[in-house]
Amino acid sequence: MIDKRVASVAEALAGIRDGSTVLLGGFGDVGTPLALLEGLIEQGARDLTLVCNAGGRDGSAIARLLTLGRVHKMICSFIRPASEAGRLHVEGKLDVEIVPQGTLAERIRAAGAGITGFYTPTAADTVIAEGRETRHIGDKLCLLELPMPGDVALIDAWQGDRWGNLTYRESQRNFNPIMAMAAPLTIAEVRHIVELGEIDPGHVHTSGIFVRRLVHVPA
Amino acid sequence: MPEWKPLDRNGMAARAAADIPEGWLVNLGIGIPTEVANFIPTDREVIFHAENGVIGVGPAPPADRVNPYLINAGVQHVTLRTGGSFVHQADSFAIARGGHLDLCILGAFEVSERGDIANWARAANEPVKQIGGAMDLAVGAKRLWAIMEHTTKDGAPRLVRRCSYPLTAKGMVRRVYTNLAVMDVTPRGFVVRDMITGLSFDDLVARTDAPLLRD
Repeated sequence: MIDKRVASVAEALAGIRDGSTVLLGGFGDVGTPLALLEGLIEQGARDLTLVCNAGGRDGSAIARLLTLGRVHKMICSFIRPASEAGRLHVEGKLDVEIVPQGTLAERIRAAGAGITGFYTPTAADTVIAEGRETRHIGDKLCLLELPMPGDVALIDAWQGDRWGNLTYRESQRNFNPIMAMAAPLTIAEVRHIVELGEIDPGHVHTSGIFVRRLVHVPA
Repeated sequence: MPEWKPLDRNGMAARAAADIPEGWLVNLGIGIPTEVANFIPTDREVIFHAENGVIGVGPAPPADRVNPYLINAGVQHVTLRTGGSFVHQADSFAIARGGHLDLCILGAFEVSERGDIANWARAANEPVKQIGGAMDLAVGAKRLWAIMEHTTKDGAPRLVRRCSYPLTAKGMVRRVYTNLAVMDVTPRGFVVRDMITGLSFDDLVARTDAPLLRD
């Protein structure tokens, strides 16, 4: 019997190694797997590369992970100057790679889809492209972008069944479906565990084939 | 004393809203652009896209009707219009980059006479970058409008020959709404389409770095 449910957050996060690249879903707090992120602080993995939309506000779980010195690099679309990520970066204690948000999403999607690179007009005329490979395609200057796979993806969903099929609520979806596909170890926290078959097959947002473990975290 | 009064934030948003026809799919950037939606009459069906994957963004909910799972790109609680839908982040930016947006409106620090836009950094070597989705939105929409004050707080022009701040995108801005005027970016440079009441063309030229052409 396939059963991807685990009993605790600690069990869900078992085996995440030092030096891992962690894809972290969410936009603001919506769709961010907050229990898994708290669990990662407990779990203890260090020297992490964190891929997520933004650098986190002060007081957030992302900021606490940074304060503990557990992240050596963030790859995200923006960081706030007045935040832990901003301060650590200015002090030279945190590497930051800023990627335009749509490019970040597409690099993650490409990783899950087996696309080994793509050209995009986004940022091709900006400082982001300095020293990098560009070419004209048609009348557009385009920038070569490479996939962004993770070792682990931590995602947040609404419902999940024992096969790992997931649904999302409203804008909770954001980065979660594409991150689920872009790492060999995808771990989901879900508000509700439902029986296999209870989710209408046509309404499954992320197929269970992309999910390795899921843990129930009620609202 | 001048006999004219610059538009405030609401005035600028309302002026831009007046030019958005029914049926358009529109992305509104953070800041004044977000306010534009407040000035579209409810019987004019305009579909607002938020980069976090919301199609059909509606107004803010009353405090007792907040859905914690439903936010816009500025992380503000919103509602969904009947007919709205949700997509994931890669599809949301496929909408932006793929030319599916009729319009994107962004705030800006500077716009050049060639349509270059600078809106994410106030210094060339900004150590902390706040790019977000602006670069993707700027290159992909069918048309890009900018909304900004005509000058800085110190009176320095923001409509310039060349941007001094790092670019968000090159040559993409089609129209600029300021607290003083509406200008199109054309192959000949900025063409003034509208000015606030009482302001003279010479007043506007005096507050603008780039050459201005009369409509």
